[in-house]
Amino acid sequence: MAKFEYAPAPESRAVVDLAPSYGLFINGEFTESQGGSAFKTVNPATEEVLSEVTDASAADVDRAVAAARRAYNGAWGRMSGADRGKYLFRIARILQERAREFAVLETLDNGKPIKESRDVDVPLAAAHFFYHAGWADKLEYAGLGTNPRAHGVVGQVIPWNFPLLMLAWKIAPALATGNTVVLKPAETTPLTALLFADVVQQADLPPGVVNIVTGAGATGQAIVDHPDIDKLAFTGSTGVGKMIARSIAGTRKKATLELGGKAANIIFEDAAIDQAVEGIVNGIFFNQGHVCCAGSRLLVQENIAADVERRLKRRLETLRVGDPLDKNTDVGAINSKAQLSRITELTDAGEAEGAERWDNGCELPAKGFWFRPTVFTGVSQTHRIAQEEIFGPVLSVLTFRTPQEAVAKANNTPYGLSAGVWTEKGSRILWMADQLRAGVVWANTFNKFDPTSPFGGYKESGYGREGGRHGLSAYVTTESNG
Amino acid sequence: MVSTTSTSAPSVDATARARDLLGVSRLTNAALTSWLHGLPGVDQVGCEGRAAALGTRSIKTTSKAWAIDTAISMIDLTTLEGADTPGKVRGLAAKALHPDPTDPSTPSPAAVCVYGDMVATAREALGQAPVNVAAVATAFPSGRASMPVKLADTRDAIEAGADEIDMVIDRGAFLSGNYLGVFQEIAQVAEACTRADGTRARLKVIMETGELVTYDNVRRASWLSMLAGGDFIKTSTGKVSPAATLPVTLIMLEAVRDWRDLTGEMVGVKPAGGIRTSKDAIKFLVTVSEVAGDDWLDPFWFRFGASSLLNDLLLQRQRMRIGAYSGADYVTDDSPSLY
Repeated sequence: MAKFEYAPAPESRAVVDLAPSYGLFINGEFTESQGGSAFKTVNPATEEVLSEVTDASAADVDRAVAAARRAYNGAWGRMSGADRGKYLFRIARILQERAREFAVLETLDNGKPIKESRDVDVPLAAAHFFYHAGWADKLEYAGLGTNPRAHGVVGQVIPWNFPLLMLAWKIAPALATGNTVVLKPAETTPLTALLFADVVQQADLPPGVVNIVTGAGATGQAIVDHPDIDKLAFTGSTGVGKMIARSIAGTRKKATLELGGKAANIIFEDAAIDQAVEGIVNGIFFNQGHVCCAGSRLLVQENIAADVERRLKRRLETLRVGDPLDKNTDVGAINSKAQLSRITELTDAGEAEGAERWDNGCELPAKGFWFRPTVFTGVSQTHRIAQEEIFGPVLSVLTFRTPQEAVAKANNTPYGLSAGVWTEKGSRILWMADQLRAGVVWANTFNKFDPTSPFGGYKESGYGREGGRHGLSAYVTTESNG
Repeated sequence: MVSTTSTSAPSVDATARARDLLGVSRLTNAALTSWLHGLPGVDQVGCEGRAAALGTRSIKTTSKAWAIDTAISMIDLTTLEGADTPGKVRGLAAKALHPDPTDPSTPSPAAVCVYGDMVATAREALGQAPVNVAAVATAFPSGRASMPVKLADTRDAIEAGADEIDMVIDRGAFLSGNYLGVFQEIAQVAEACTRADGTRARLKVIMETGELVTYDNVRRASWLSMLAGGDFIKTSTGKVSPAATLPVTLIMLEAVRDWRDLTGEMVGVKPAGGIRTSKDAIKFLVTVSEVAGDDWLDPFWFRFGASSLLNDLLLQRQRMRIGAYSGADYVTDDSPSLY
């Protein structure tokens, strides 16, 4: 037994006021579904039912798109950039004021540790609104092209790993550039999007500028297929991304897709080892590994591999896995039963293919969906766990001998979202960044996000960028690009 | 939970051990340089980020009570002023013996830390109580004196009854790359800590990290101090700002952890200067636990060099006992600063 036991330090959930059921947020108010059904959303840490939400029908989506079109043709479309900016600043401030409420609700619905929702998700979401608020009246000067104009109505479909943050990544640039929005949150994590609808009302946004429709795949498909949608923005799996690309092929719809990843986190022999170990941990165990840009492949130079593995395992034994609402929890619950099965299937395959499996042996709660922080050593490029996105707290360790081999292995994947490079040698960082086919290359850090920095993928990790001026350009047409 | 604070440390032939660890037949400055410069670098941003993350741990109720008592028992209650008098030192000793007269269950600090000329006074005031006397030596705080003076300073404190010696390294030698000079200085002071009866006072090596500035230097100085036979590595004199920061202490805790992996031996860590609140002290204990491990959560292996910290811990302790904050007038203050 440890000498220094941390007593439970749970964040109070009293700050969250959950309704027993939610309708759809269309044209500035919550409405009943027309022909849709309902489904339950649960707390993945306890399997407790949190609330019942609407599974929107195609008719509901049609109403939402119509409301967005009216808003675009009406007040919002005619509004000056400076005035749009005021609304965005207002939303950002309200998010900050209600930060604790959002953090607790995000943790309840998603299973992520409160320290992450409190210190990462919610502050970054507010930062995205602040950042884009500043651009709203300066689009002419953003270097996007001549006379940048909104597309019109934007359909947005977001994933369950960062529900509020992904909403902010989508809605903030869309509104800053003058578009109106129909957004569908993921079916397992709809609650913070529904609370955001409350913020939209509080901020007095004109009706129809932001519409939130909950539902599963069919609802998303209805948005994708709707003829009056001008642009789509999707974050999620590569499989669904491909379906969307096929659906809109030949139409006038624009799209940005932010899809899966299998990032390499590359540790050279001269790296700052203690900080690199922290970076490995942050790379793959942040948010239970439910991160598209997670550093799920550790590429470590062979001459230091044994030392790094030993240090990494010792560090993982101090990870605190459990109640996501406890302020000392480092790793929370897996978001859903389906995701837990996917992780289990792939890790079983890793073992069957001959990689050596290790986990930190921590105790797991009896109820809910849980998976121990796991490391596979002796992994080869041909193993499924080195190729397929696991999207869970599972690290595959591979080794390399030379910088050229590290690059070859890092790029030998259909994905290309992110990569990490750890070395004290600045020239090598620059050379590696040049060679790696990944949208983001982190040097001596990992999983750092900022609204000013564009984020997006190469290859099957998608196309288009979010954040920064590059992200803005996806939401406008200009006279030069039509 | 207070462990017995033994006042004798094992004697080692530091030079022979260093030759063995470095794999050289003669210990030269070149050998020491390549060994120290071969240690992995420290990434400043990552190190500070890790320390900040450890600082967000939420320590409540039973764990907070445990941490407060543990922190009290780890204090080297310190007065190091030109204006120190026997009366002030006796007051400090009385405070160490009875930190909170309203609650006899309050643990005592580990030691009282004074200048060498006050050792006899402190020793007499503490009697047979299990509170050590630590003396700063080697021309503290600057260390700018010749080696014979530093050794005489050390022997003088030992003869007066010091249980522990807090020496300063020659930062100028370290920064100019004269690692062998620093090594020999520490090794000779460690030898001078030997008493007439053959036992040896434990030696804390003050690196004055505020003057070393970079984390790479802190890491190298930590390894050099351990290699030369220091029983403790200590951040600061308290006379230079910044003194004991959490990231610097994190680097030192990594060093003692890795030193044990290499040699099987434990070395203590003492952050000193600038730690004034219970909240800060608890952050350090969290860092000890999660970086070096719980073996170091013991007054024998971890100390706080502090003066005002004790009263803040006592205030928190009273609050946990009676459920309300009392105030500065409800904790005794035997060593108010003159300025």
